[in-house]
Amino acid sequence: MSERLYVSTRKGLVTLARTHAAEQPWRVEKIDFLGDPVNLFLRDPRDGTQYAALNLGHFGPKLRRSDDDGQTWQDLPLPAYPEDTFIYANPMAPAESEKGKQHTAVLMEIWALETGGANEPGTIWAGTIPGALFRSDDRGSSWRMIRTLWDRPERQHWFGGGKDEAGLHSICVDPRDAKHVSVALSCGGVWQTRDAGETWTCTAAGMRAAYMPPELQFDPNVQDPHRMVQCPTQPDALWVQHHNGIFRSFDGAQQWEECVDVQPSGFGFAVAVHPTDPLTAWFVPGKKDEFRYPVDGKFVVTRTRDGGRSFETLTNGLPQSHAYDLVYRHALDVDATGNRLAMGSTTGGVWTTDDAGETWTELEARLPPVYAVRFA
Amino acid sequence: MPRIVFTNHLQRHLDCPPQTVEATTVRAALEQAFAANGAVRDYIVDERFRLRKHITLFVDGRTLADREMLSDPLTPESEIYVMQALSGG
Repeated sequence: MSERLYVSTRKGLVTLARTHAAEQPWRVEKIDFLGDPVNLFLRDPRDGTQYAALNLGHFGPKLRRSDDDGQTWQDLPLPAYPEDTFIYANPMAPAESEKGKQHTAVLMEIWALETGGANEPGTIWAGTIPGALFRSDDRGSSWRMIRTLWDRPERQHWFGGGKDEAGLHSICVDPRDAKHVSVALSCGGVWQTRDAGETWTCTAAGMRAAYMPPELQFDPNVQDPHRMVQCPTQPDALWVQHHNGIFRSFDGAQQWEECVDVQPSGFGFAVAVHPTDPLTAWFVPGKKDEFRYPVDGKFVVTRTRDGGRSFETLTNGLPQSHAYDLVYRHALDVDATGNRLAMGSTTGGVWTTDDAGETWTELEARLPPVYAVRFA
Repeated sequence: MPRIVFTNHLQRHLDCPPQTVEATTVRAALEQAFAANGAVRDYIVDERFRLRKHITLFVDGRTLADREMLSDPLTPESEIYVMQALSGG
């Protein structure tokens, strides 16, 4: 069972710890970077290295690494956009002449951090805003943009969903073959490489974007997957919480199917998949689209255990009156047992469960707005 | 020689004492300052050497005129203050 839970917040990285059995409450063990926005945390299970992505209000994005279990941190070089990378002012325009002026691409935010394969020590993947993928093979000491993805002509049509530019927020490295990497972008669909990034294929067929004109709603390249996760023991099973609803694929994202009639709402940002049961996944719904708070002020988790044919609404331990908590895309996690989950909200609530969501316990602390949670 | 002073708020993140430089423009002054203390660069400019949006510079008491090219001229007595803008953050 995991002993630590890392909560990335608007005002620092909060480490929660639980020293004994599951009946013991989580407590705040320490806070790193107090006062500074931390948007992501990663602990590399291969070597214990910790990484934290910050987005300082004045001083820009930062990436820091700790080699001593979080006692000390050092700044790392940032993923940098090459000089010849540009973004069109009007990326959705179909014709080149209509795309308007170009502006140079610069790093705005690190929006995904994942380790490479078990056979790739030191390899770290980073997804960024504007939407791009970077790779480091030396534990973040240097980075290179995956130009093969950036240079795809479809990339010029990607656009921001909630952020000013498109962003790459989900990276799934296939446990069977680390050269097989799947990424998801808001808004740019799902892309996969099977040759460590030499070539890419857009694999968002079946997704639907109701925010687009009818003739473009099924265009794979305009889809807005809010978050994509992969079942680690059955990697052909992927789940997406999409702007328009919940989608699943059991054939490695060759085809996606929409889950219908999800109550109280199919809208949300976060999704977690059971580590060994690909038919089980959790979501934290909100009222669509621009409202983004729990339906009727009742904060719930939805769970499917039959591959998305039906959903249960889990409420035990969650506030059911005047709750306006939203759970961002990286703020729901499940541990390796599949029983323990954690989530953090925009209003600083943190809830954990040890029974797969049947009952939830709220952390006895009011935290700053939560951007991400991660067991490690 | 011109002198560059960094906001105290930066000291929380890294060591960046005032520096004297030999330069006739703000850009050249910053380049020298970053050459001497590389860690500070990413805090002040992006990868295209553009001032971060919420950083502001004062040169001899005046707000920087040319945020794009950083071409504001310096005299040997100039003082550059690198500050947090009041916007954002």
